[in-house]
Amino acid sequence: MKKLLALLAIVSIAMATTFAQGASETSDSSADQTLKVGVIYVSAPGDFGYSYMHDQGTIAAENYFGDKIEVIRMDNVPENEECERAIENLIDAGCKIIFANSYNYQEYMLNEAKIHPDVYFEHCSGYLSNENMSNYFGRMYQMRYLSGMIAGKMSASGQIGYVGAFNTPEVVRGINAFTLGAKAVNPDATVRVVWTNTWFDPSLERQGAVSLLDAGCDVIAQHQDTTEPAKAAIERGAYAIGYNADFGKIIDSDHVLVSPMWNWGNYMIPEIQAALDGTWKSQSYWGGLDDDMIKLSPISDLVPADFQKEVMDIQTEMAADTFDVFWGKLMDNEGTVRQMDGEKMSDSDMLSMNWFVDGVIGSVN
Amino acid sequence: MRLVLEKRNEKSKKMQILVPIFSLIISALLGAIVLLLTNANPIKTYATIIHGAFGSPTKIQYTLVKMLPLLMCGLSVGIAFRLKFWNIGAEGQYVMGVIGITWVMQFWTWLPPILVLPIALIMSFAFGGLWGGIPGALKAHWKVDETLVTLMMNYIAIGIAEYLYINAWKAPKGNMGTVKYPEYAWIGKMWGKVHYGIFIALILVAVLYFLLYKTRWGFELNMIGKNSEAARCQGVSIKRNIILAMILSGGIAGLGGGINSAAVTHCLTKGVDSGYGFTGILIAWMSNLNPILSIFISLFLAALQTGSDALQITMKLPSSMSEVLQGLILLPLLAGNIFIDHRLRIVEKKSTEALEE
Repeated sequence: MKKLLALLAIVSIAMATTFAQGASETSDSSADQTLKVGVIYVSAPGDFGYSYMHDQGTIAAENYFGDKIEVIRMDNVPENEECERAIENLIDAGCKIIFANSYNYQEYMLNEAKIHPDVYFEHCSGYLSNENMSNYFGRMYQMRYLSGMIAGKMSASGQIGYVGAFNTPEVVRGINAFTLGAKAVNPDATVRVVWTNTWFDPSLERQGAVSLLDAGCDVIAQHQDTTEPAKAAIERGAYAIGYNADFGKIIDSDHVLVSPMWNWGNYMIPEIQAALDGTWKSQSYWGGLDDDMIKLSPISDLVPADFQKEVMDIQTEMAADTFDVFWGKLMDNEGTVRQMDGEKMSDSDMLSMNWFVDGVIGSVN
Repeated sequence: MRLVLEKRNEKSKKMQILVPIFSLIISALLGAIVLLLTNANPIKTYATIIHGAFGSPTKIQYTLVKMLPLLMCGLSVGIAFRLKFWNIGAEGQYVMGVIGITWVMQFWTWLPPILVLPIALIMSFAFGGLWGGIPGALKAHWKVDETLVTLMMNYIAIGIAEYLYINAWKAPKGNMGTVKYPEYAWIGKMWGKVHYGIFIALILVAVLYFLLYKTRWGFELNMIGKNSEAARCQGVSIKRNIILAMILSGGIAGLGGGINSAAVTHCLTKGVDSGYGFTGILIAWMSNLNPILSIFISLFLAALQTGSDALQITMKLPSSMSEVLQGLILLPLLAGNIFIDHRLRIVEKKSTEALEE
């Protein structure tokens, strides 16, 4: 028994001294000159989807800046008050600029931005901002439109499925743009929507796709974080439209017709540069093709070459600002006219979109 | 010669102290193996966890805030487990509590402001109590298996909550969630992030301790758990007690949800189902269903969760690693409990045979 107590004493002394060391180490390291960059992800970068692409952007920034920055990542941060704790922890570790990549972080980030005026905050996919907090996103709906064209062309039945995460304006806008693209090629095409109520849940995402396939859809598109909906479609011999990353390459199948992709590094690098230079300014950034924030993956060989060219021509027009996705007469799927002939939708209308265009089977609420 | 586990006549006092200490050491060693495999220094990692949970006033505050819903769920489960009623539905009862409080906060605007918070908290207790009472009644009257019912009812509650904050009660702007509660009905902060809700929890611990250990009702509950036939012979109404205990159990989990919403989230929002109810099962188990011990166990588990954040920041380990570590730390603690009730004995072959005869 005495030996035991002695052992315990030794262990606890060892723990206590190392604890003290660990504590002093963390406070020392905040003194050096590198800019500490905090990054908060809603899922793990291993999802091969949304957070994966954000991490690609982070890695691009790390490679670009080298020793000038130190990145601290936090993944799988829940979209609730834990986000505030994550931000506090990052600031405590010395971060001067913090990126967070999911919609529901925005209110928590705003709270923290007000408490910490000397830290720059970057929120992706929301609309809130502050003197020291920017929001940023890309005009992904343009790529959704193009991928919708391809889906409309390749669907034999004209029934396309779309696995959606949440009824937020971002997702709704993407579904609408996709549907308009599909209908531009095949006026009879319909897009059936199921909601999973989660950004990241491989099994729920798959279930959503399976239910759409059971309903007769032969192309599955998605606004989800993982490759599961696309995989489910391919396993059943259907086509898939990816999202975030190049699913054709990740899944290694030509049944992935195309993937609208993000290029976050092109936003993160200039922002980190501005933080280093002391020229950082708050903004609401909505980047498009001209900034190379968004792009299409290579299109599958199964899509006829002349049609691929048609799609690319539209993309060129988009880049030149001569083509608008939400232009002209628009009707919602309950028969109400939402926009008149010759009108162009404003950014703020797009950012608060809460209705489906004609051709979508499903409801926002 | 072989090893046998023998049931002790009574719980060993010595073991009750030694088991947690040894389990913790074994946990630390197991964790160290995994950490070494990932090229992380185990001692530094553990120091980081402790520092992450208690290293600064803000960190202590976050740990205490995190502890509160865990403690409430631990107390909730602890009551049901006394009757050997396997309530694994604290998660759903917690969520129902949040729905209850949100209902009052959003729609009972005709109430005088001073009454909103108390009535809202009572409603959270009532909603949680309903969600606990249903499986209680099903078990008491028709012997429906409570494990399945309480588990399934979690998902129903989470589904209802999602429907409410994504569709029916969705705020027109801002995060996915309902409109924020009126500010006069929030539970105030007393020290940084720490709010007054912690007093409600501590008072509840005292009340429960008295109720479960000092009253006839507490004695009856214990008796039902230990030997329900004997309890029946003594004239204890098993049906009534199961239902009452489950209403209390669910109500406390629901109240936990209510307090956390009124003090921290201020609305029904995404992340309402963050696993507090499931962790509550662990707390009840590790604290031996003792409300006072639950305080320390929930503090330990909260510290493990908040402290593990630091692994990502200081050690640059992914979040999944902290989950592995948390699991490894808990496993020996749970497994070790068997030595409180049992003793390990080396038995000579001959004497075993004699025993078997």
